[in-house]
Amino acid sequence: MIGDLVIETKGLRKTFLSKEKGEKKEVEAVKGIDLTVRKGEIFGFLGPNGAGKSTTQKMLSTLLCPTGGEAKVLGYDLAEQQEQIRQNVGCVSQAGGADLSSTGVENLVLQAQLYGLDTLTARKYAAEFAERFQMNSFIERPAQSYSGGQKRRLDIALGMIHHPQLLLLDEPTSGLDPQSRAYLWGEIKKLKAGGVTIFLTTQYMDEADKLCDTIAIIDNGKIIVTGTPEELKSSVGGDAIVFSFLSEETARNAETLLKEKVQVERIQTKDNSVYLTVKDGERMMPELLRSLDARNLEAQTVTLSRPSLDDVFLKYTGRSLREDERK
Amino acid sequence: MKMKMLHDTKLMFIRNMQHTLRSPVFVFVSMFQPLMYLLLFMPLLNALGGVPGLPAGKTVDIFIPGLLVLQALFGTAFVGFSLIDDIRTGVIERFLVTPVKRPAILLGRVLRDAVVLLLQCVLITLVALPFGLNVNIEGFLLSLLLYALIGITMASISYGFALIYKIEDPLAPTLNTITLPLSLLSGIILPLALAPLWLQDLAKINPFSYTVNAARALFAGNFQNIGILEGFIVISVLAILVFLWGLRSLKKMAS
Repeated sequence: MIGDLVIETKGLRKTFLSKEKGEKKEVEAVKGIDLTVRKGEIFGFLGPNGAGKSTTQKMLSTLLCPTGGEAKVLGYDLAEQQEQIRQNVGCVSQAGGADLSSTGVENLVLQAQLYGLDTLTARKYAAEFAERFQMNSFIERPAQSYSGGQKRRLDIALGMIHHPQLLLLDEPTSGLDPQSRAYLWGEIKKLKAGGVTIFLTTQYMDEADKLCDTIAIIDNGKIIVTGTPEELKSSVGGDAIVFSFLSEETARNAETLLKEKVQVERIQTKDNSVYLTVKDGERMMPELLRSLDARNLEAQTVTLSRPSLDDVFLKYTGRSLREDERK
Repeated sequence: MKMKMLHDTKLMFIRNMQHTLRSPVFVFVSMFQPLMYLLLFMPLLNALGGVPGLPAGKTVDIFIPGLLVLQALFGTAFVGFSLIDDIRTGVIERFLVTPVKRPAILLGRVLRDAVVLLLQCVLITLVALPFGLNVNIEGFLLSLLLYALIGITMASISYGFALIYKIEDPLAPTLNTITLPLSLLSGIILPLALAPLWLQDLAKINPFSYTVNAARALFAGNFQNIGILEGFIVISVLAILVFLWGLRSLKKMAS
């Protein structure tokens, strides 16, 4: 029915009217984006606060009406077939949306009923998810007593209760402690293993890096670059390697040798250390060490660092992801 | 299609009723105002019996139906605050991304509000009986429908503004601004027959003054009184209009 593409957008746009000092102004939150999300992948939508991530997700979940462009979600037209999209997509907003004065079970059962399931099935599914997300110890308590991590689990269970093929997750781990984050990452991977396609917005580089098969970086309402984490990182350039030696002379000799041996993108010696950037540093390393040893140029320490998605963001936007927040 | 609307409305009604039943004390707290009028104001009115619009010995019969309209106005006017809480915690957005029928989200709420209001109206009437209230029982039962419609109207207005503002601060002043003149221009506290002409004319454009007339006629059992029909027509049309307006606000909320 839907083939390989779960989400497909062309020139999707959203402008808001905002009043500032009595003057009406158009604010372009999403400036025409093209996305393709393939079946079974975790698609990361990475960008700083206010980049247009949530707005895009709200359009895909039918909450917001796009100003322009077109989109297909699970093969359904976003403008024409909202009912079908709502029925088949799961959605977890940033706020989560659990009813805090109700218990986890009450939340889950009502949510399943809203998707048209009968009471018996709704109860069965609620119990299933309580088990699956290890919520049994607190699921009968009102949600206002939950910890951040527990509440997040309930939020995601609410989004998954009707077993959708596509799950939209808006910043699922923001504000969580490291342990809860790691737990949720595990659960998200399990959902993927179960065949669910996941569209995940995040402002965390490590999250996108660890979880996602494909990443689109969005900044200022536009997609800047799309690719696998590996592709994006290698687009920045090679890996950085630092060899340190006992003397500057040894370092200079090593530099001359390394220049002959491999194609380096950049190399320089400073004090007792040689700094070089090469493609595929992990693979090159053993060979480099062997060549140095063969000439009796004994390296004291070696460090290899791979480019991070931070470097990617920096390269494409000219600023660091966290820069805006520091201001 | 209709089945789904019914199904969804029932779900939403139950959900909201559960919330009310979790803290039932508030059902009684919001009866405080009319009870105070009953205990501390009605004795004053008794002494006034005989002035135009307030036949001697009948002040209780005239005052109570109006007091119930007052309860319908003020008792439901502030239900929007609970909706703001649901907006802030993302509950409404979560409902909106499910296939739930949009009118059901509001219907489930206003129907809950109407049920709570009817319970209050019955209780206030019972409290008023020892004060010498004479009431036609069929008329009273029919008047409950009238109060329910007023409650639905006020609740829809309250939810509509809650959906527009999305924060508490401007909500209370807005609702007070609406309800106070509406209640003063309904002849609830004192009969409008006492009012100067311009005030009486002004009351004629207040839809709620028709409901007060209708409620009084119903309590007295004057079923031939044309005011009953007028009251029902006015409040039904108003209820539908403001409900549709609230629904529009709900649909527009996200954008």
